Amino acid sequence: MKFNIWSILKIFAYAAIILFFLFPIAWILNMSFMTNDEILRKVPVLFYEPTLKNYIGIWEGEISIPGFATMYIYFKQNLINSAILSSFSVALTLVLGVPAAYAFARYKFKGGEDIAFTLLSFRFAPALLIIIPLNLYFTQIGLYDSYIALIWVYQLITLPLLLWIVRGYFEDISPDIEYAYRLDGHSWFQSFWKISIPLAKPGIAAASLLCFIYAWNNFVFALILGSSAIQPVTVGALAFITASAIPYGLIACGIVVSVLPTLILALFIQKYLVQGLSLGAIKG
Amino acid sequence: MSYIKLESISKSFKDDKVIQGLNAEINKGEFFVIFGPSGSGKTVLLRLLSGILLPDSGEIKMENAVINDLHPEERDVSMAFQNFALYPHMKAYENIASPLKANNISQDEIDSKVKEIANLLKIDHVLNQYPKELSNGQKQRTSLARSLVNRPSVVLLDDPLRNVDAKIRFEMRLELPKVLKEFNTTVIYISQDYREAMALADRIAVLYDGKFNDIDLPKNIYEKPSSLTTAKLFGDPTINNFNAVISKNENRVIAECNGEKIILQRKTSIENGECIVGIRPEDINLSNQQTEESLKVEFRTKTPLNLRIVFLVKLSNGLELLCSMSEEEAKNIKEKEQLYVSFKEDKCLFFDAITKRNLE
Repeated sequence: MKFNIWSILKIFAYAAIILFFLFPIAWILNMSFMTNDEILRKVPVLFYEPTLKNYIGIWEGEISIPGFATMYIYFKQNLINSAILSSFSVALTLVLGVPAAYAFARYKFKGGEDIAFTLLSFRFAPALLIIIPLNLYFTQIGLYDSYIALIWVYQLITLPLLLWIVRGYFEDISPDIEYAYRLDGHSWFQSFWKISIPLAKPGIAAASLLCFIYAWNNFVFALILGSSAIQPVTVGALAFITASAIPYGLIACGIVVSVLPTLILALFIQKYLVQGLSLGAIKG
Repeated sequence: MSYIKLESISKSFKDDKVIQGLNAEINKGEFFVIFGPSGSGKTVLLRLLSGILLPDSGEIKMENAVINDLHPEERDVSMAFQNFALYPHMKAYENIASPLKANNISQDEIDSKVKEIANLLKIDHVLNQYPKELSNGQKQRTSLARSLVNRPSVVLLDDPLRNVDAKIRFEMRLELPKVLKEFNTTVIYISQDYREAMALADRIAVLYDGKFNDIDLPKNIYEKPSSLTTAKLFGDPTINNFNAVISKNENRVIAECNGEKIILQRKTSIENGECIVGIRPEDINLSNQQTEESLKVEFRTKTPLNLRIVFLVKLSNGLELLCSMSEEEAKNIKEKEQLYVSFKEDKCLFFDAITKRNLE
């Protein structure tokens, strides 16, 4: 490799970008092993004795910070809620969205494009626009403060996303391959199950992961439509900020713990994700 | 007895009438080639037969039963696609086994049948490979194997040799009839290469603009095409044709074209008057010797084509003719000297000047 001024500048530029994006994450990880006193020092310490107190506190739901009263937190329940809400939302989206995406890709029916676009348009509308009426409806029909209500509303986020990504994948599969399978003597459903779905698998995997992340990160729906019993981590994290204290270590620890599941999932599906984002968008 | 019967089949896509009232009868065990230029509706017709598309009107009958409404999987029909349509996520073996699996056949039997057909088509060494690892020729054989493995009563082949290179195409042209004979199945084969059609077919149906121009034996279609359109589709270089006024005289026909009188040694029943005369390039004699009927021509150019030499010559009235001959014969032609043409006896065709139908 030839070293000139540009290549050196380029290395610096990359380093700056990496630092810019990764430093906050690294710092949060760092903070999660510190006590509040260490975090709140005027001159940040680089060397300290790491503590697992924050993690234990989150696990046990009880933490006492010197100088303040003992805090009770339900973060573990929030995590469980997040997991329930996100997984069931994605599952429901898969059940509804994959066949719908197939239908939009394969069959030209009256109003088909309009329906597909309407579904996409849910992604444009700000959540706040619909949240008050939804709150009223759900209170009336008795769904307020239930997992079902949130999973239902999360479909507004996840369904259009999956539909449009997976649709592109189905469109890329030559219909002849499906016809060939049917001519072999298999039914329509078998050709959908054995041919179309496996061939669209990268797209479905990538879209599911994105849906999971979007569902996991949602804040406003859960804030308004449920009580603390069903609220996910995004809302649960608010409980850390109290009148008496802001336990930064605990917050950092909460962030680390709540990022972890999506991170692990992303690493797991990573190879599909990169392929999925590029393949579905560009049609040959 | 006809096995498959098409009765006024029509199919349109919006305003585009792709198939317009087709009638045909295909016999059991026949090798039936549907020939036509691209865009003539061949693939659509095959898809109607397979059940992928449904006709707008008309009936498709198999053994006298109407099968219009049967789904592809309910028809005893298999198909090899022009683009192979192999399942990319399955190995060649599973691709070929797919029709057998649909029929609940035991694993042992599947195994022996797949191996048998793979052996026959010489792809037994690639059964464990995925389609993307196969060459085009192997893909095409895999696709053929898949369509034959279940011994269907009808095999539809959509121009299967189109996407393979010339060497494999030639090999397969020799091999395919042999393989298909073993299966004793009715074959409906699409082609847009007239040589392939003539080499393979028991009968050829010429599809043009959604209609069958001719359905006949290959020899008849070449020698007695029903119309100028068919005559032009069969033959390379294409048939010479020119407008002329015909007058009969004993055993001879005189075709007058732009002041030039061309004498044709031929008996015919057609009436005197204007028509289109067609003569194939190989049916024109070109020489340096003048005879009683020959006409003076001017040499324009020559080019080799499929081991023959094609000459382009011009009559004194401006009419240009193509004539072809073997390389041996071409050696005797001295282009620098005066050239003469005459038409071989009984070889020319007469078409109606307006309808372009064969007048005989």
